Amino acid sequence: MVFNLNDILPALPEILLAAFALVLVLVTAFGGEGARNARRVTRISLGGILLSLALIWFGAANDETAFGGMYRADSFADYMKILVLLGTFSALYMSITPLAKDDINKPEFSLLVVLSLVGMMLMISANNLMSLYMAVELQSLPLYVVAAMRTNSLRSSEAGLKYFLLGALSSGMLLYGASLVYGFAGTTSFAGIAAAVSINQLPAAFIVGMVFMISGIAFKVSAAPFHMWTPDVYEGSPSPVTALFAIAPKVAAMALMMRLTYGAFGSIADQWSQVLIALSIASMAVGALGAIMQSNIKRMMAYSSIAHMGYALAGLAAGTQQGVLGVMIYMTGYIFMGAGSFAVILLMRRDGQSVSKIADLQGLSRTHPMLALGLMVMMFSMAGIPPLAGFFGKWYVFLAAVNAGLIPLAVTGVVMSVVGAFYYLRIIKIMYFEDADEPLDADIPVANKVVLGVSIMVILLFFVGLSPLLESANIAASALMAEL
Amino acid sequence: MSVSWPILSIVTFMPLAGVLFLLMIRGDEHILARNSRRVALWVSSFTFFLSLPLLFGFDSTIIGYQFEEKAVWLAGTGIGYHIGIDGISMPFVLLSTLLTPLAILASWKAIAHRVREYMIAFLVLETMMVGMFVSLDMLMFYLFFEAVLIPMFLIIGIWGGSRRVYAAFKFFLYTLLGSVLMLVCILVMYVDAGTTDIPALTEHQFAGSMQTWLFLGFLASFAVKVPMWPVHTWLPDAHVQAPTAGSMILAGVLLKMGGYGFLRFSLPMFPLASEFFAPLIFTMSIIAVIYTSLVALAQTDMKKLIAYSSVAHMGFVTIGIFTMTEQGIAGAMFQMISHGLVSAALFFSVGVIYDRLHTREISAYGGVAAVMPRYAVFFMFMMLASVGLPGTSGFVGEMLVLVGAWHASSWVAFFAATGLVLGAAYMLWLYRRVMFGAIINDEVKAMEPMQMREFSIFLPLSVLVLLFGVYPMALLDVMAVSIQFLLDGLSASGLSVLAAR
Repeated sequence: MVFNLNDILPALPEILLAAFALVLVLVTAFGGEGARNARRVTRISLGGILLSLALIWFGAANDETAFGGMYRADSFADYMKILVLLGTFSALYMSITPLAKDDINKPEFSLLVVLSLVGMMLMISANNLMSLYMAVELQSLPLYVVAAMRTNSLRSSEAGLKYFLLGALSSGMLLYGASLVYGFAGTTSFAGIAAAVSINQLPAAFIVGMVFMISGIAFKVSAAPFHMWTPDVYEGSPSPVTALFAIAPKVAAMALMMRLTYGAFGSIADQWSQVLIALSIASMAVGALGAIMQSNIKRMMAYSSIAHMGYALAGLAAGTQQGVLGVMIYMTGYIFMGAGSFAVILLMRRDGQSVSKIADLQGLSRTHPMLALGLMVMMFSMAGIPPLAGFFGKWYVFLAAVNAGLIPLAVTGVVMSVVGAFYYLRIIKIMYFEDADEPLDADIPVANKVVLGVSIMVILLFFVGLSPLLESANIAASALMAEL
Repeated sequence: MSVSWPILSIVTFMPLAGVLFLLMIRGDEHILARNSRRVALWVSSFTFFLSLPLLFGFDSTIIGYQFEEKAVWLAGTGIGYHIGIDGISMPFVLLSTLLTPLAILASWKAIAHRVREYMIAFLVLETMMVGMFVSLDMLMFYLFFEAVLIPMFLIIGIWGGSRRVYAAFKFFLYTLLGSVLMLVCILVMYVDAGTTDIPALTEHQFAGSMQTWLFLGFLASFAVKVPMWPVHTWLPDAHVQAPTAGSMILAGVLLKMGGYGFLRFSLPMFPLASEFFAPLIFTMSIIAVIYTSLVALAQTDMKKLIAYSSVAHMGFVTIGIFTMTEQGIAGAMFQMISHGLVSAALFFSVGVIYDRLHTREISAYGGVAAVMPRYAVFFMFMMLASVGLPGTSGFVGEMLVLVGAWHASSWVAFFAATGLVLGAAYMLWLYRRVMFGAIINDEVKAMEPMQMREFSIFLPLSVLVLLFGVYPMALLDVMAVSIQFLLDGLSASGLSVLAAR
């Protein structure tokens, strides 16, 4: 196979980041151990991410494929990649100043995150079963390592191992499903599968393969009942890693889910729609009910993210362009809510030791008014209270569901959001209605201030920018639906 | 009168400008508190002043909306920025802008900690309330309707009484559960009609079977807000725990959101279902009127007693609305405005003596009239207005509702009238126990007389209650055309509600 410029240009953002990763390997290896080198590597990584972001932002959004149809660049990919890049950027940016004594402070961290980021971007652009699988693995493997990065902590190692084992299981399911789909469709390209699906009456085993593939991706999205790893991994991983998990990979996995269902299996929406409805209801229920009992804020955020994926899947289950639009708006709000929340959660420490009990937030409104205000905005937004970003996400997701006739799903969703509101309100109660025993540490690094400030502004003023956002999301959604 | 500047938007968002002011105040805690109070009072008074042109410039002979403003928000989706007022919403806008400065004045001394945050919450609340009444776009309406929960949750939870956390959660979750069901209905309506513009939706014909479900969804939300029996249980908790000013706004304005919702959405948009469900509403309302009146008789806590009386009075409102007669709806509107003024004043009355003795137990008081004679006069006037004494606004509303109810069914009128008797019983009994008799202890004896600040809160409320009592046309004229238009729409929808009666 000969590569030419036409292959390289569409994939330039990924190629650039991959090149950065290679340089970073050298810097990591020869720059020495320790905090200074770690900071240097992180700075270079941030530069790479910004450069890649600029390439996507200012580059023309052509609908084209590269590498023999393996890779697809379109405005949908651009939109989702911008979200993933922004999410990863904020997570990495906040890790630049190690806050707690036991935080990770190794140059390998940023390097692995950049590698994983390349995987995420390739997932979004996957247009073939082969590139899909490779991208998923490239995204996952570095994350297994960073989850276990705090080597002297038993919980961190447990988180890494658990993540790896369950992740490997999901990869196995994905691969098995892909092989069945390939076997019956006779091709690995999404376009080829779509063509085969629309022409032939495919046997039940093909559907089994499809369900396996969806289940495999549901693992990555952490949709119930494939969510088991999420709370433990969130809790055990070092906080900056948890922040990353909560923001970026979910968006990439959700994008892949959309590529696969709308692209390859677009004409049998009635088949996968039921699967997604089941996943959606289960996730909304598990997320809402599971979070109530949590006393650890990272575990609570894990359940909250499961619930959020449930709402997003409700839009996806509609099987329409409006559904895609809804999920994209939802995900846009989601990354800012995640980034904003973790900007505060990362700061939770006493005497240099990180703490993660919800009760540790007690009286935060007295000791750190701005942090409390920020977290309150995030919590109200996650609960879906208007006029914040979370509400508009839910509005468009359920609008798609209602429009597709899935009214019972929408009713279940909104009722579960009331259950969910309870635990978000609990955080606000602890911060505002109770007084502090001992305050959290006072110093707040610039990175957290910036991320929190930007997130608050985006969430509060979401309704102002909604119109242009809808416009670009609409173009992106129609690009996803288009045949190539 | 046509105005060239967007006066309605200015009135709506002026309090938010005040919030920005408040955020800029610097200084130590004492100065911060003092300046925050002043800024909040000035801003809310100024907002009230700005809202006066809405009253004087309002042409009560015109059908449709006035002071309308439209702007593009989400182009091409049928959702836009659209506000305006008619005879139904205008009185509520004025009520909100009037009660907010009074509520801020009422918390001048009572709120001593986190004053700035408190004032911010109240100003945000004002924007949300006014925004909700002026919205002519259903999505905007929902945004404001729901967003009210945020400041109110904080007001109850931070500055409330000993069980404030429980009360705040109950208030929030109850209301939210009702609202999200309405949200699904709003989505269904949007999908069906392709727009969220309220005037357009009023003209849209929803299929009969769909109306039933939509009506029930909206009922879930409005019934909690009003509140109707059996979903009223959040109200006594919220009222008892909320600070005085919170109770004033809650009873004065927030309860009216449900009644307003019925008039703006349920009746004009789902006429068939409204007709069908009217007996259900009557039953729920009658139970509310009689049951909560009996419960009020048994209360030992003054605030709780008045809270239950609010449920009973709002029962009259829902009866009036669903009689679908001119008198009934006008009576319901009148009762809402009157109750807004009277219940705010009654909650403030409790606040006045609570500030002095720090208890709301009825048994802790006795002979207050001898110590605070001027206060006794105001309290008695408001108590009588609440009971419905002729010459006060309370009488007009209840009278009209009863006339309307008589048209609908004589039984409904009979049971509603029973509630009036019970209402007189518990209010008069409350007044006798607290105000009359011998001075029971030294604490009561030592109570300070009423201050100028408290006087200036009672005065405007009393004047209005008296004005609407002796000259009800002042208010009825404003609403008449809009109510007639609403009824015309009902009968034009092919079922001639009026003719059937």
